[in-house]
Amino acid sequence: MIRLIAMREFRSLFSIPSTWLFLAGLEFILAWFFLSRLEAFLEIQPQLALLANPPGVTGTVGTSLFNTASLLLMMLVPMFTMRLIAEERRSHTLALFLSSPVSDAQIVLGKFAGLMLFLLLLIATLPLMLCTLSVGTHLDYGLLLSNCIGIALLTSSFVALGLYVSSLTTQPVIAAIGTLAALIGLWLADIGSPSAQAPWHQFSPLYHFQNFNAGLLDSRDAAFFLIFTVFFLMLAARRLHNNRIYG
Amino acid sequence: MSNATISARNLTRSFGKRRIIHDLSLELKRGEVLGLLGQNGAGKSTTLQMLTGCLLPDSGEIDICDISLKKNPAQAKTHMGYLPESPPLHRELSVETYLRFAARLRGMHEDDIDSAMTDAIRRCGLESARRKLIATLSKGYQQRVGIAQAIVHRPDVIILDEPTVGLDPSQIRDIRQLIRELGNTGSVILSTHLLSEVESVCDRVEILQNGRLIYGDSSDHMQHYGEIPGFTISFGNPPALSELEKIDGVESVEQLSETEFRILHAPERNPGSQLLTLATERGWRLTQLTPIHATLEDVFVRITSENRS
Repeated sequence: MIRLIAMREFRSLFSIPSTWLFLAGLEFILAWFFLSRLEAFLEIQPQLALLANPPGVTGTVGTSLFNTASLLLMMLVPMFTMRLIAEERRSHTLALFLSSPVSDAQIVLGKFAGLMLFLLLLIATLPLMLCTLSVGTHLDYGLLLSNCIGIALLTSSFVALGLYVSSLTTQPVIAAIGTLAALIGLWLADIGSPSAQAPWHQFSPLYHFQNFNAGLLDSRDAAFFLIFTVFFLMLAARRLHNNRIYG
Repeated sequence: MSNATISARNLTRSFGKRRIIHDLSLELKRGEVLGLLGQNGAGKSTTLQMLTGCLLPDSGEIDICDISLKKNPAQAKTHMGYLPESPPLHRELSVETYLRFAARLRGMHEDDIDSAMTDAIRRCGLESARRKLIATLSKGYQQRVGIAQAIVHRPDVIILDEPTVGLDPSQIRDIRQLIRELGNTGSVILSTHLLSEVESVCDRVEILQNGRLIYGDSSDHMQHYGEIPGFTISFGNPPALSELEKIDGVESVEQLSETEFRILHAPERNPGSQLLTLATERGWRLTQLTPIHATLEDVFVRITSENRS
């Protein structure tokens, strides 16, 4: 059932023209950024070579590409999550799910999995771009892997939050604005607090992504993402249940 | 398995402090079409939403084919098809893809889906639209797709919330025919405020007012509810009022026009035949005799206003 709902969600994404527009736009920006970083790297490469322990191409081009992608995702994910439940409610299709033999958790997980599948496909182009460099140079695959895991976890936390906000309202646009506000709020909590010890950093998914971005796999960061994701998915399932209670 | 496909006992439901449904019990038997009748805001849709599990009752029990909807919702819901007030259509899909999705979502076995889908499409007259996007269909066709999704998995109970809204008269006739057909194999509950619908398709009627069931009977019986026996009669050569009053069994006569009278009589003593003999004997030239037949509309108004007062 989860797979059925996920595939339904995945396919319906492709039937909306704006999805293709977002895809094209995002890929264009990322490719542009990738090439400009690469160009900058080639320019300063002779100077870097003089250093005792020079950073490689993965470290300079790769990490900054992933870093940019993480910020872009923060702004793009709300555009995709907004429809998940709010749109079903607005077009009265939620009744189809509620009267079917599926539990609230299955609906939420199906929707989550469908969108994650789509976004992972989108993210998969990042390592692919970097892998093209392996033709001419040696890549740091460990760093690449840690970035990939990090950005996948980051995306899942964004989607879970967006899914919950979408379950609160009937208007997709309000869901998008709400999610964006929440994500930017969490981001600002991170970059806004001056002291490195401030507890506010701990609430921000983007803060926890920094370690992955630098190639450091820390189980605390991974645990944060898992707890964050599960927490909001549970809230969303709870909200769907409340739908049956409060109408 | 018992004969009842839905049995709801003592349902209550409030929204905030306002109680919408009061202690409602109803039962639906296999092969029966039940019409849930009521004015706007009587609680018809709320009742149906509770029966489908879209809304949880505050108290009370619902069994679908002897499976408790509360304890075992997933299994109970596989026996049920539901068309809400506005059909739950994914407009970006084609009719076929949508129905296939609906059948799978209701847990239908993969091997049965193709034949079930063809069957639903044929029954709802959607053959010409099967590959079209739902968004491009007219409202009438969308309503039919809505009905198709409720019956595609061959459920035992079909719950339809105002199924003929927005259809043209010939479509209404087709859909009513279909509902009748569905009632032969499974059982159907439909809510409506169209009395003609009840008259033509339902075996049984429950009238809901302010969240209470105030009347329940077969639709034939309902038609005779509180009926006063009598007829209107017109003559080419009308007799005096007193002559008519003298006939055995006649309780009151009212002159409607120069030639037309309304005669009311006791239920067990119909003076019709006697009147006919007299009319020929005395040359009154009878032109018309119509029994007074209450329409369902009159009966509905009578029942609901009786309860209000």
